[in-house]
Amino acid sequence: MILTKEQQEILDGARGETLAKVMKTLVMYGDAFEAEKLVPITSDYNHLVTSFGLKVMSPVYDLMQQLLDAGVCSGQKFSVDPRPLDKNVPANFLQNLVFNKFMYTKQSFYEDQLKKLGLMDENAFTCTCYMDEVGNQPKKGDVLSWAESSAVVYANSVLGARCNRNSGIIDIMGSIVGYVPYFGLLTDEGRKATWVVKIQTTKKPEAQLLGSAIGMKVMEDVPYVIGLDQWIGGELNDSARAYLKDFGAATASNGAVGLYHIANLTPEAAELGEGLIAEGAKEYIIDDAELERVKNNYPVIWKNPDATPKLCFVGCPHLSLEQLKDWTVKLEEALKKNGKKKITVPTVFTAAPGVLEAFEQTEYAARLKATGVITSYICPLMYMNNPLCKKMPVITSSNKLRTYTSARYYTDGEILNIVTGGKNQ
Amino acid sequence: MRQFPGRVVTPGQVTAEAVVTNEGFNTLASFQMALQFGDKEVKCGDQSNQDLYGKPLLGKALCLPQTIGSTTGGLVLYCACSMKKNPACMLFANHIDSLAAAGAVLADVWVDGVTMPVVDGLGDEFLHYVKDGMKITVKENGVVEVE
Repeated sequence: MILTKEQQEILDGARGETLAKVMKTLVMYGDAFEAEKLVPITSDYNHLVTSFGLKVMSPVYDLMQQLLDAGVCSGQKFSVDPRPLDKNVPANFLQNLVFNKFMYTKQSFYEDQLKKLGLMDENAFTCTCYMDEVGNQPKKGDVLSWAESSAVVYANSVLGARCNRNSGIIDIMGSIVGYVPYFGLLTDEGRKATWVVKIQTTKKPEAQLLGSAIGMKVMEDVPYVIGLDQWIGGELNDSARAYLKDFGAATASNGAVGLYHIANLTPEAAELGEGLIAEGAKEYIIDDAELERVKNNYPVIWKNPDATPKLCFVGCPHLSLEQLKDWTVKLEEALKKNGKKKITVPTVFTAAPGVLEAFEQTEYAARLKATGVITSYICPLMYMNNPLCKKMPVITSSNKLRTYTSARYYTDGEILNIVTGGKNQ
Repeated sequence: MRQFPGRVVTPGQVTAEAVVTNEGFNTLASFQMALQFGDKEVKCGDQSNQDLYGKPLLGKALCLPQTIGSTTGGLVLYCACSMKKNPACMLFANHIDSLAAAGAVLADVWVDGVTMPVVDGLGDEFLHYVKDGMKITVKENGVVEVE
């Protein structure tokens, strides 16, 4: 890798041993991908993946403390993934004991470290930092040092920013020195699609199921998706963005997708069309049967597969304001249809603190509360990491949550039916 | 015995018993429960990985195509190495992915006293040939011996 004079001096220790180690980390990281240079980060803000004060992550806090002790801070303010705990989310005495006395005992300590390192503000805890209500939305072409798989794939695909699938810790190291290695999704060549995915379904595919199927097929490659615009439209409006948020999170967690192109919709596909498809790209056709096959292959690891659900999470990744409104209307309609006043399964909708504040200003907030749904800013994954929660029959429409926990996946429509006491339960 | 030449990502020599996955290795899903609750064998907790679920990873030669999943992946690998709960080595059939590379580099630069050789580019034939329980020797130059 060819370094500038400034970068070489940092690597040689001119600005201290700790900063030299940070630079060494980035250079070695880039060398693994034959990166020829480091390029400046151009976004206003960074986004970090590690938000949780799990006791077991003490090596991370030790490393962060090394940075702070050496006076090394992020050159950018940053948002960070959601907090793990909220007393509004149902948990019994023993579960709370495990949360507070064994698992997240370092939460306050870690949040204090994050503030010192450059946290944007007290509300900057969400996996959907790119929402208008949060304010960390990079521009097309911006170079980022972000982590959080669902945020990276959204920034690359929907916003047209340029970011590799950076790991936690690497994310902040980039913004400490102000540079990232130039490889992969930062390059024009790396953004070309090596898969063509043709959507041939007879109805709008479920976002998180379609994303899962594509992620498991293409792994870390870039897919160019043809035929989806007929179902979600050719305009990046609130509805399409919410769909792509959920779709992308599933491609990234069920596979390792960092960028996708949707023909006639996402910025680069709209601009460059099929010129984005690399020579020799493979093909994957998705029809109703393929989606059914993928869904039926998800393992159910509940002790009793026929157990009645005890809790439901919707909002991984965090819901948008429009999604919260849509769910409110659908819940009201389904409850009325099923002759119920309140939901029959305790249900938590998760969204960014800023989105929840905006939602509270709308008439929908009281209506949603009347259905019995609880809103929260937490990360459902952090909740499900509690071994006592793992034993609970929890349901979700998040394919990311399904991947990492014992939560059982259902489509949004199935979830709606289950939590409103519909038939065939 | 067969030899497979690969590219050294982080150097070292080691001999260990193989555990093999032909699916993408989800680092967070595989390690999180074992690290969190002190599983001494560090059994793979990824319910979606039919090759590895429930098998011990500690001290094994982990043979894989690549890692997948959450971008906590590199951080989790770094923690596993810091806590000495890591595989003996990681051997990638494909080019290493960004999350595994981050974890390997973070461990190499920031963790004292732990060596986890990482070699990539070993090819599809490597994964076809190697089976659970085979003896793996990683050489300093990236050559992997399987017997």
